[in-house]
Amino acid sequence: MARTAKTRKTPAGNKGKGPAEDVDFALHSLQEAFEKAKRYDASEDELLAFYRQMLLIRRFEEKAGQLYGLGLIGGFCHLYIGQEAVAIGLQSALDNDRDSVITGYRDHGHMLAYGIDPKVIMAELTGRQAGISKGKGGSMHMFSTEHKFYGGHGIVGAQVALGGGLALAHKYNEDGGLCLAYFGDGAANQGQVYETFNMASLWKLPIVFVIENNQYAMGTSTARSSAETEFHRRGTAFRIPGMDVNGMDVLEVRAAAEVAFKHVREGMGPVLMELNTYRYRGHSMSDPAKYRTREEVQDIREHKDPIEGLKKTLVEQGKSEDDLKAIDKEIRKIVAEAADFAENSPEPEPAELYTDVLVEGY
Amino acid sequence: MSTETKAQAASENGGERRLNMIEAINDALDIMLEKDPDVIVMGEDVGYFGGVFRCTAGLQKKHGKTRVFDTPISECGIIGVAVGMGAYGLRPVPEIQFADYIYPGLDQLVSEAARLRYRSATEYIAPMTVRSPFGGGIFGGQTHSQSPEALFTHVSGLKTVIPSTPYDAKGLLIASIEDNDPVIFFEPKRIYNGPFSGYYDKPAEPWKRHAQSVVPEGYYRIPLGEARTVAEGEALTVLAYGTMVHVAESVCREKGVDAEILDLRTLVPLDIEAIERSVEKTGRCLIVHEATRTSGFGAELSALVTERCFYHLEAPVERVTGFDTPYPHSLEWAYFPGPIRIGEAIDKLLSE
Ligand SMILES: Cc1ncc(C[n+]2csc(CCOP(=O)(O)OP(=O)(O)O)c2C)c(N)n1
Ligand SMILES: [Mg+2]
Repeated sequence: MARTAKTRKTPAGNKGKGPAEDVDFALHSLQEAFEKAKRYDASEDELLAFYRQMLLIRRFEEKAGQLYGLGLIGGFCHLYIGQEAVAIGLQSALDNDRDSVITGYRDHGHMLAYGIDPKVIMAELTGRQAGISKGKGGSMHMFSTEHKFYGGHGIVGAQVALGGGLALAHKYNEDGGLCLAYFGDGAANQGQVYETFNMASLWKLPIVFVIENNQYAMGTSTARSSAETEFHRRGTAFRIPGMDVNGMDVLEVRAAAEVAFKHVREGMGPVLMELNTYRYRGHSMSDPAKYRTREEVQDIREHKDPIEGLKKTLVEQGKSEDDLKAIDKEIRKIVAEAADFAENSPEPEPAELYTDVLVEGY
Repeated sequence: MSTETKAQAASENGGERRLNMIEAINDALDIMLEKDPDVIVMGEDVGYFGGVFRCTAGLQKKHGKTRVFDTPISECGIIGVAVGMGAYGLRPVPEIQFADYIYPGLDQLVSEAARLRYRSATEYIAPMTVRSPFGGGIFGGQTHSQSPEALFTHVSGLKTVIPSTPYDAKGLLIASIEDNDPVIFFEPKRIYNGPFSGYYDKPAEPWKRHAQSVVPEGYYRIPLGEARTVAEGEALTVLAYGTMVHVAESVCREKGVDAEILDLRTLVPLDIEAIERSVEKTGRCLIVHEATRTSGFGAELSALVTERCFYHLEAPVERVTGFDTPYPHSLEWAYFPGPIRIGEAIDKLLSE
């Protein structure tokens, strides 16, 4: 990955100093804590659950790509393939009774990570009445009050400020919850992100900002759009501690989440996590991909794939290839059923155009 | 025109040069970059990648990275920086990738770009052209389909231009770039590659069969504030712009209605004389736009026609518009003000 070439910048002089001697301790202490135990010590059941969930996202997205090709999904559709470990590693560490999540338009994976029925997600992609947003939102705009999942937003960067508001509400209600607010490397250049950083830090809001750095914003690489490509440093000016995490290893992601969430839950204010990852597919469905080489993509698929990586761990721990094949088969069946459902559900009634606009009907 | 586009155009060229709207826009930008060293093209993915709709393809290669460059995803910053560049004497042509993303830059457009001339008594101006694809019909849902033109026509100090053909797109874009006021240049993305009859289930037509796809080489401009008479007629006047010019035209043709169709081309400044002349002749007026109805530009047009042509009107002014709802994800064609709704409005107007 292009990313691995970059130099690591643990502030050498600060190593090992405690808060008393180092006024900036809070800004790097989280990374230090994380470096000490970099991989989450998962139980066998947890490992299998991670594997299953990541595979579900992968197969679901592959199917969505096929349905798009068949014309069953129209317009915009952003696949999460390659980034599975991020949503699974982070969301598995949430307290689902209390915590909220918000993200951008590349949201299928975050929905699936909650265990939401793939049928209603796929039916939203095909714009059917049975979709989770009644066919009104589409691929980019999905929500679940049951899971405190606040979407699914098409305007790049806007969800970050909304996340600040969710966190403020958590704090105001003293419900002990935190908000996990995801955004991309490209979104990280929107002004409102920094307005939110300042407020969140000033008011010590319980929010974890997550930059999913997949190296590109559409056709623009981070180097061509960003003065600071070490995204975890972007909060430093607001005294928000940053964490630099390998987003291609679900166990590393989970370990980092534990550190970050603990900090936030202790009332210490926001954390900024940079999750280094990669999107294998085009930005949306019609992407000529002239901005990167085939080899670059292939190299990451072969050497960094989060699902293959976990598979290796599972095999090392004694799982047989057959066991894993059985899981794949089971997941393919779930996804095929979701696709059938999405294809065969009816479209919304035309009268639905006028509902959900204001409290009152027209 | 950049080499990439030129090669494409030449291959389809049978003497006259025929371009689609994307190529015509590319051509205008190319000519202005060549002609005026103060012109600068900037925006998300416009440089290296050539724009998501390819309108700026090849321009960075030809004119270099200081003239044509990528910006971060920072609409507020892009527009604000363009205002400053303009005040200092440059002529920036920022692209906002979809009109739906212009809102983060709205403050800079309304409070700064539109007002700089007035509050400095013309000491400083903001001669910038914000290009942005707008409108629906592409399955874009609520964040890739909007028609926000009325937000801008409502702001004094901005001009709003909307071409509907390749020929006009080139001439109007050149005039906009040369204009000393901030111009919002909305490009109807549904018709980038061909005119649209309103029948989404019929095969798409390419531009090359349309008379207005003949685009001369080199520099020419179409003055802002002049409507184009698409068809002359006696039975009623249709006022439209952008994609809806073509939809209205095809409905009138299909119904055999002797309509006079005006393509407004610029909403501010508006060619009110042409509108008056036509409505006084026909006595009936239909206004068509994709944007939502309440406080849409059609409301302004309707008021103007009523104020100025009241004694010539034989029927109340009719409007066919988008519904007052967000742009839907499914049911796009139920939402789109297509042939059925336009046809019904024409019948109603003619029966009065
Ligand atoms: C305000 C706004 N500007 C531009 C866009 C168009 N757009 C959609 S996604 C995207 C790239 C975002 O990249 P990044 O934040 O890195 O997220 P990724 O797609 O890589 O997940 C752009 C420019 C938009 N949706 N909203
Ligand atoms: Mg990205």
